[in-house]
Amino acid sequence: MKRVVLTFPPNLVDQPITYHLIKEHDLMVNILRARVTPNEEGRLVIEMSGERKALDAGIDYLKELGVGIQPLAQDVRWRQDRCTHCTACVSICPTHAFAVDRKEMIVSFDRDRCIACELCVPVCPYRAVEVLF
Amino acid sequence: MAKTIKEINEKIKKGEAVVVTAEEIIDIVEEEGVRKAAQKVDVVTTGTFGPMCSSGAYFNIGHARPKIKLGGGRAHLNDVPVYTGFAAVDVYIGATALPDDDPRNKVFPGEFKYGGGHVIEDLVAGKDIKLEATAYGTDCYPRKKLETWINTTDLNEAVLFNPRNAYQNYNVAINLSDKVIYTYMGVLQPKLGNANYCSAGQLSPLLNDPLYKTIGIGARIFLGGGVGYVSWQGTQHNPTVSRTDRGLPRTPAGTLAVIGDLKQMSPDWLRGTTFTGYGVTLTVGIGVPIPIFDEEILQYTAVKDEDIYAQVVDYSDAYPQGKPGSLGEVNYAQLKSGSITVEGKKVPTGGLSSYAKAKEIAGILKDWIKNGDFLLTEPVQLLPSVDSGIAFKPLKERPIKSG
Repeated sequence: MKRVVLTFPPNLVDQPITYHLIKEHDLMVNILRARVTPNEEGRLVIEMSGERKALDAGIDYLKELGVGIQPLAQDVRWRQDRCTHCTACVSICPTHAFAVDRKEMIVSFDRDRCIACELCVPVCPYRAVEVLF
Repeated sequence: MAKTIKEINEKIKKGEAVVVTAEEIIDIVEEEGVRKAAQKVDVVTTGTFGPMCSSGAYFNIGHARPKIKLGGGRAHLNDVPVYTGFAAVDVYIGATALPDDDPRNKVFPGEFKYGGGHVIEDLVAGKDIKLEATAYGTDCYPRKKLETWINTTDLNEAVLFNPRNAYQNYNVAINLSDKVIYTYMGVLQPKLGNANYCSAGQLSPLLNDPLYKTIGIGARIFLGGGVGYVSWQGTQHNPTVSRTDRGLPRTPAGTLAVIGDLKQMSPDWLRGTTFTGYGVTLTVGIGVPIPIFDEEILQYTAVKDEDIYAQVVDYSDAYPQGKPGSLGEVNYAQLKSGSITVEGKKVPTGGLSSYAKAKEIAGILKDWIKNGDFLLTEPVQLLPSVDSGIAFKPLKERPIKSG
């Protein structure tokens, strides 16, 4: 399963690319986040599951079309040096990427669970989360 | 046989004092009982690390050539306005001060990226700070403009002076409305989406001495990474609130005004803080040592999170409109479990005060005392307590009529 950020240039924004990705490459696509504006750049955060060959073929298809692809993990940075472990982020995180060890009350961040929804960014009083979406 | 501060300090000087944190004492009492624990333990250390808005620092910057009088003029540190109502070269910066051109909440919710609290953090971190000042000029202080970099090493005095810190208990904030709200208790999701609390609970200084029997004016404390003192009761000190039979207040109660030399403090324990849509503030680390005079005092320090209750308050309407009452009480064990039940609904909780950092502070203070580097003080005057008649009153608004 891959989690990626897709960037669609203006000329592709109105193309049903996700449909082709699913149908022609037999991939299970879960759209986590979308920002699509007609005649402007579009961005999707998606999860793609399928066989290895299908995933590679799907990614090649997107690249050939000119869709920008970036692994999601690079988008979110937890600045541990700034974190005070107040736990304000934990209750807002929908995927429990931010979690807390309830014995020591120490916060942890699991990048693989993060979907870059950015809900934590305005919540952190110490600006310890940076999302470069 | 009651112990005294003098006896405890003698043991500290000899390196023989038995010092434990307010978390460790819980298990000790559970295993050995109050009597044995009170005989054995000399000091219990407490800690807290949370946003404390009534904080600030004053500085004496020294005289320029020719001299300038900042008093009555205008001055800014890194574009944040400082108070200039003192003598020629004394200024005070408050934690919540914002740059003149900060948009605040014009585009809601405001980002509040930098303010007084951040200036204090930068100063303590040893960074150069831009000072810009204008003055009206006098015969003895003729200069009208000053622009210079300053640094803590150059300042004469740099004193952290916080009119209100270390709140004894606080509310649990929720939002009953159908819109997200941005408050000093954090971002609150609509329809009981989340609940935020702000206390170190069983580690919290005043919750370990709930009736202020040991903490008073002159108490030596850990403050911002250095040594400080309790200087007065904090503003809004409210000792006469409703309490449990263990003396623990059910609502926000006592507060401390604290003071200390900023030059020996650390940015680890003084942090500029931003609350989106609300403003800026300073997060302060405080640790207070509690001398174990007798079993009664020891018993107070054995307080557990589950003994301490806080009120669930709606910050969308009840709080801003000054409506009394709460949606019920919860204890800190429930809050720290990750969710509480309010009006039949399971609500996820988040903290604003770092328990992990509070524990670290209690541990550092414990080490300072055990190493003989920190002696306890006899408070000059205890804080007003339950029999003082002092209460935190609302404003009696008396509109000013013209003509």
